[in-house]
This record gives sequence, structure tokens and C-alpha cells, in this order.
Amino acid sequence: MSASSSSIAGSGQRSIHAWLLLLPALVLLVAFTHWPAVATLIDSFYSTPKGARAAVWVGAENYQAMAEDPVFWQAVRNNLWFAAATIPASIGLALLMAVWVNERIAGRTFVRMAYFTPTVLPMIAVANIWLFFYTPQYGLLEQVTGALGLPSHNWLGSPSTALGAITLVAVWKEAGFFMIFYLAALQTLNPSLKEAAAIEGASRWYFFRRVQWPLLMPTTVFVLVNAVINAFRLVDHVFILTRGGPDNATTLLLYHLYEVGFKFWDTAYAAAITVVLVVVLSSVALFQFFVLDKKVHYQ
Amino acid sequence: MSHSQAPAVIYRHTWLDTVAAWLLALLWILPLAYAFWTAFHPSDYAIRFDLTAPWTLQNFRKAWDAAPFARYFLNTSLLVALILAAQLLLSTLAAFAFARYQFRGKNIAFALVLVQLMIMPDILLVENYQTMARLGLVDTLFAIGLPYFASAFAIFLLRQTFMGIPKELDEAARVEGASTLQILWRVYVPLARPVYTAFALVSVSFHWNNFLWPLIITNSVESRPLTVGLQVFSSVEQGVDWSTITAATLMTSAPLLIGFILFQRQFVQSFMRAGIK
Repeated sequence: MSASSSSIAGSGQRSIHAWLLLLPALVLLVAFTHWPAVATLIDSFYSTPKGARAAVWVGAENYQAMAEDPVFWQAVRNNLWFAAATIPASIGLALLMAVWVNERIAGRTFVRMAYFTPTVLPMIAVANIWLFFYTPQYGLLEQVTGALGLPSHNWLGSPSTALGAITLVAVWKEAGFFMIFYLAALQTLNPSLKEAAAIEGASRWYFFRRVQWPLLMPTTVFVLVNAVINAFRLVDHVFILTRGGPDNATTLLLYHLYEVGFKFWDTAYAAAITVVLVVVLSSVALFQFFVLDKKVHYQ
Repeated sequence: MSHSQAPAVIYRHTWLDTVAAWLLALLWILPLAYAFWTAFHPSDYAIRFDLTAPWTLQNFRKAWDAAPFARYFLNTSLLVALILAAQLLLSTLAAFAFARYQFRGKNIAFALVLVQLMIMPDILLVENYQTMARLGLVDTLFAIGLPYFASAFAIFLLRQTFMGIPKELDEAARVEGASTLQILWRVYVPLARPVYTAFALVSVSFHWNNFLWPLIITNSVESRPLTVGLQVFSSVEQGVDWSTITAATLMTSAPLLIGFILFQRQFVQSFMRAGIK
């Protein structure tokens, strides 16, 4: 009996130890993730405090303002477009790059480095490089199109091409990053699969489609989730390249949030936009957790 | 096993693959190569390609003198070191608790940690700004780092690693009279070194490059990191020419770029390891 009570006392002590070890990390997580997430939701139902006037309960007014804000809807459309273009393009290119780099081609080290280098650069630096690339008249792009006899075009300055231009920058930055994960997965595939398929006389495309691609599925899910999150989180380049212009053509959700919260200082409305972003990101995570992970075939 | 004859039947990549892979690689490196050309040549040659053009470091000197880049470098270095140190310390302790202790509320605590993987501090700008204002920390390096000190990612990664370490090692050390913290420090931490390296590389490159939160929370030279400094430098229309801006751009990316070229294998493996959960 005394043995069991001492072990209970021991386990109680161990519990305290464990909580003490967790405490510093948990306090910071609560202070800068959980609490702000809850506070954002609460603040989104109050007005923005102005000077001596404290925030008052306004119900769904901020959300109503959001529904009537044409820039918000433009940002939603832009962001969906941006996501729909960057995600498949960067994943497709990443896969292609990984398959190539996985083969024993000549100069493989250089090729891999060329693909991966944009990933280590700061997005602000990337944007500066591309800003010069896109510059009307001087930029490299203009020089190439000029040499081909095409008319001059302001890629970042016209609403029809600006979003496409910033999308290309994001693809350039991300494809090499995703390539790494595909490369890691390809290297773990059993080489005898390839031999077997070759002996069976399967074409290379058939081998990719029926063997490699299904086995890469867990990697694709991982990369896909990251790509979706990045599509809503990567806005640094917008600050350099377009500042959301021309005419809000490149305003993404997080950029709009920045403008509302830190240029117009309408913190209540900004809280409502944050809630939308949090909902988007957590549904991506929950979708991955409950739907994708269960359906994907793991080796 | 007849491995020696296997290569004969394996599909070999065609020369077409090699050509296409190289074309894409050249296309991929082109914007960066263009930036290099511009930064290392006099501004007259910024858009003229002449193999005889003289090389120069003048653009770097001009950029260095035109803005307080030395201060920005110092800020970013301090910031990155501060964040990494805090992350390693806090996540080691937390990961050890999750890996080796049974206690009430463990699952709830772990779920609370994982929440940060989906709701990142990068999104909660408005509230975190208000918190920093209340704490009187706005415009300090500490405020840039604070929301990142506790990293769910690091806790998750280290917990997995610690759980894979045989308990026998742990018990052997205990028999010899080592305390819990000594065991953690002498047994677990050394065995997890590759994971620490991997996480450190990912964390350093993330925070060296981070922009939006530092932009919001700082407003003076004393606390501004490189990325924000670079944005301020290149967005002010004061007749700074392209060659100087490009030089500044390469300068701010140089430490990571050089590190990457020197330690390519470690970089690639770290990113791989960090991604595969």
C-alpha cells in the first residue's frame, strides 16, 4: 500500500515536472497564437476605438462593411486566382525538376543548384530582382520582346498582366522548395520497381503515371497543403512590385489586411479580415487532417 | 542478385531530358545572373551586354554609404540568433516533456501546440501589434522575435526525435545518478544534433528573410532588420539607380546565398528533413 501511494506521489511530482518543462513554451504560444486568435474574433464584433471613444459592440457591422467593400471582394478574387495559378504551376514544375535531378544527367549539381537557389533568397530581394526584370524599356523582358519586334508593354503597370507577373515571381521562388520534397521521396523509392516496369515493357510515362505518381501521393499532399498556405501568406513581393496596384489588380487578402490595419488603422475591420484568413487556413489544415490523410495511400 | 545487368534494361534518360533540364536551369538562374551583371558593372552597362565591360565594386560601395546597412546587418544577425536560441531552449524542454513524461492533460497540451502549425503568427498581425504596444515593446528587436520564440514546428520535430531514442540509454544514465536535466543535456541533445542543425538552418533562413511582421512592428533604423531596410532603401524615389539597388539586394542576400553554395548538401538535407514529418 505504501508502495502504491508513493508511486502516486511520484507520478504527481512527475506531472509537475512535465508542466514546468512545458510552461515557457505554452505561455508564449497562448500569448501570441491562441489569445490573439480569440481576441481577433471578439474585436471583429466591436468598433474601432478612436481617441477617447472606446470600442463599442457593433454586432456584425464589420462583416457587413466587408461584404460591401469592393476592394475586399477584389482581393478575394485576386487571391483565388493567384492560388489557382501558383499552386499547380509550382507543384508541376517541382515534380518535373525532381524527376530530372533524380536522373544521372550531366551537370546535375549545377542544375539542382539553379532550381533551388531562389528558395534561399529573401522574397524582398527576389521582388527587387524581378522589378528590374519587368521594368518598361530597360528591363530584360522588354529587351527580349523588343528584339523579337513585339510592342513595349508595362507588365506590372497594366491591370491585365500585373497579377500574372507577381504570380510568376511566386512560382519562381517556390518550385525549387517543393522540388526538394519530391526529390527526397523519389530517392526512397525502391529501384527494383523501375527494373520490373522496364522488364514488363512499360513506357516511361506509364511507369510515372501508374507507379511513381501514386507512391508520391503523400508528398504531394504535404506539398499541396504548404502551397495553399503560402498562397494566402506570401505577400512580401507585392510591397515591392506593385503595392496592390494598378487599381487593386494585385491586392491579395493579407495585403488588404495590412492596408486596412496599418495604413487606415481601422483595427476592427482588420480583425474581421483576419478572422476570414484564419478560417481559410484552419480549414485547409483540418481538411488535410480529416480528409486527405485518411485517403492517401501510405507505403 | 543480378544488379550488374540491371542498367541495361532500365530506361535511360534521353539527351532530350538533359537538354530540357539544362534549359529550365538556365532560365531559372537568368534573373539572378542578370542581377549579378548589373551589380558588378558600371550603371552604363546595366542594360548593355558587353563582354568587355569593366567590373566594379562601386555599386556596393554606393549602396553601403547610402543607407545604414551595417546597422541592418547587425540587427538581423542579433534577431536571428536571439530567435534561434529561444526556440532551441524552449522547444527542447517542451519536446522532452511530451516525449518522456506521462501526465494529465498531455493530449490537450499537445493539441494546443499543434494549433500554431495552422494559425501562424504571420496572420495575427493586428492583435500581436496591440499586445506589443501594451507591453511597450513596439520598435524593438525583442518584439520582432517574441511571437516566434515558441515554435510548434520545433517542438513537433524534436518530440519525434526524442521518442526514437532508446529508453535504455536514459535508464543507464539515471542509474549512474544523473538528474533529469543532466540526462536531457548529455543524452538526448547530443543524439538529436542532426535535427537541431536542420531546424537551425530552416529557422535562420526563415527569419533572415521575414518581412511583414518586422515591417509593422519597427519604425526606426535601430530596430529595422535587413529586409525592411532594403524595402525602405529601394522604394524611396530619390534617384537611386538600378545598379545600386541591385547591389544592395545581392548584399542583403549574400550571407544566405554564400552559405547555401558552400553547404549545399546540408541545406538541401535540412530542408528535406524538416519537411518530412
